[in-house]
Amino acid sequence: MPMWEESSLVRVVPSARPRKLAKVPFVELADGRLQGVVSSGSDISRVYVSSVAAGDFAFACRTNNNRPCGGLRGGFCNHVTALVGEAVLQYGGARVARYLQAETAEAADAAGTAAVPTAQQLTAAMSAVRPQQSADGQAVTGQVFSRFLRHLAYLELPATTAPLPEMHWFPTAGAVA
Amino acid sequence: MRADLLAAELPDLDEALAAVDAFDEVLAGGLLRPQPAQAAGLNALADAVAGSPIAALVAEAAEKAAAGVAGEEHLVALAAGRTALFGAVHDAVLARVDEATGRPREAAPPFEPGAPLPVNLLASARAWLCDVARAGWRGMDHELAATAAPVVSALLPSAELRRLAVLLDGFAAELAASCPGRTLEQIPLRRWADLWARGMLLTQPGAIAAAGAAAESAAGAASTALTGRLLPLGVDLHEHATGVQAQVHAVFEPADGGPARLVRASVSAPKPDTVVGAGAWQLLRPHLSLLAAAGEGRAMELTGMPVTDEGDLLWSDDRAHVGESADVFTTARVALPAVRSGATAPLDRHPTRIAEPVLVEGYTVDGSGAEVAFVIGGERLAVDTGRVPAASPLTPQAVAGSRACVGLLRWDAGRFRLQPLAVQSAAKSKAAVAQAGAWAGGTSDKNAAKAEKAATDAVTVLRERAGRLLRS
Ligand SMILES: [Zn+2]
Repeated sequence: MPMWEESSLVRVVPSARPRKLAKVPFVELADGRLQGVVSSGSDISRVYVSSVAAGDFAFACRTNNNRPCGGLRGGFCNHVTALVGEAVLQYGGARVARYLQAETAEAADAAGTAAVPTAQQLTAAMSAVRPQQSADGQAVTGQVFSRFLRHLAYLELPATTAPLPEMHWFPTAGAVA
Repeated sequence: MRADLLAAELPDLDEALAAVDAFDEVLAGGLLRPQPAQAAGLNALADAVAGSPIAALVAEAAEKAAAGVAGEEHLVALAAGRTALFGAVHDAVLARVDEATGRPREAAPPFEPGAPLPVNLLASARAWLCDVARAGWRGMDHELAATAAPVVSALLPSAELRRLAVLLDGFAAELAASCPGRTLEQIPLRRWADLWARGMLLTQPGAIAAAGAAAESAAGAASTALTGRLLPLGVDLHEHATGVQAQVHAVFEPADGGPARLVRASVSAPKPDTVVGAGAWQLLRPHLSLLAAAGEGRAMELTGMPVTDEGDLLWSDDRAHVGESADVFTTARVALPAVRSGATAPLDRHPTRIAEPVLVEGYTVDGSGAEVAFVIGGERLAVDTGRVPAASPLTPQAVAGSRACVGLLRWDAGRFRLQPLAVQSAAKSKAAVAQAGAWAGGTSDKNAAKAEKAATDAVTVLRERAGRLLRS
């Protein structure tokens, strides 16, 4: 695709889609994982740090104080399921499936034209391979939580009215869904 | 505006761009273990700048890089060589723009190095960019992409380093989303090489002229502060996952009766990636009263507003107040034909930075192809209907049903396109105007108000979480 290769302005990463943040304030596809933070339903000062690794779907869920989630009984807890759901809202099912290298039965059936998987289909497809708990869950939790704090810190940085010429390389693409 | 000139070939660009393309392929493979094809690409760059003052530097750098022993200074030289080529492309494109608009342009002032910036922060940014060049796009992995995070976090709080920070932040996010590089089916070769080369140059001490210093000197020197009437033409929005900038293009008419000039006012803010659409306007609007004025179709009166040679206002709300109503299309028809354009700062000579406000009318809309085009006197001018903010009434439908358009003339991938800022409806019953930035200052539109509420809720949640977790 020569046009694409010779454009300075091609959109490589689509913008996140708006979603409600109350339940899952942070979701990202990073470090080879789907990872994020899920608010506790009962305690406002507690959050769960959940993740699923690309490829083998090794999962982890621990509190911000790095205690294991009580909901993990050999498979995805509600927090991991919620994380997948919000990731699909934010990035679209196709991007999440591609990043996690998850092949849903539905996508495989539709020869040629891949269907966009739903969150349920993705969760089912990943659960079907009986993924294990991540061996380095404790370390991952620390990393993800610090990335969440870094993400929140963006709100604290001041605006400026000095021009940023470099932002011309990042045109809005709002009208393209 | 002469659309025929925009459709015509630009002479002499092919050679420069062929050298750029050859070099950009080199970065795909990386410079750790260069292959013979990469040596050829490096030579192509060196040959293309052979007649320039940096010829010897680039030639030496190409030789070292081809041997796999390029140091940081050599990679900087390669970035400079590529940047010089785009400088020439920029000048050719801009000359064509000026020919088409018939507009005079200020001459660029000589380059003056900016104040010294924290050397260690620049060095850490340069080290990451050099590692990236060695790995190449195909050698990119999560670990390397992620090492940009601490560099960006250290750069972001400093106002002088914000330009470099937002560039690296957006660039690193794209690399991270594209990992691992070896599985990439297609690579945005020119784009990533642009971002890389620009980053490399910004890490050079003195490259960034601190805008704060310009504001200070402007406040003292009356010649670089503007007093008079500002007539908005439209809002251009830029955004990546964690940053957003709005630029208002406008005509400035000096109170002393001097010639009118084109100016821009900017506002930008870092943001969490989940703040999008109306949320972006909400972050920006408290810092630039001009956003609301432009959305409502009002002029502003400026008193001693600092301005750069490029026509960038260094805005502060206390030097501006809202004036009488000013219709965008009236401004475009009456004031725009008499303006002078701003100069381009030496480091900004890249075609991506060209955004020339123009009025286009008397066209028919051709929506039959893959993209919309305005047909003016038999010439087609492609319209970038996707380059419009998410929270905006300026829809592709509004463009398709328009008879007049105020837009920014842009050049990318070898051709001109028009980025719409405002359109006037062709329907006789309603001479309605739809503006890209109509909702920048807020809106009473019912659907837009819902999006505003949702965006407010999102930020409220994040601030609550930040308050609870960030300082605990
Ligand atoms: Zn859990």
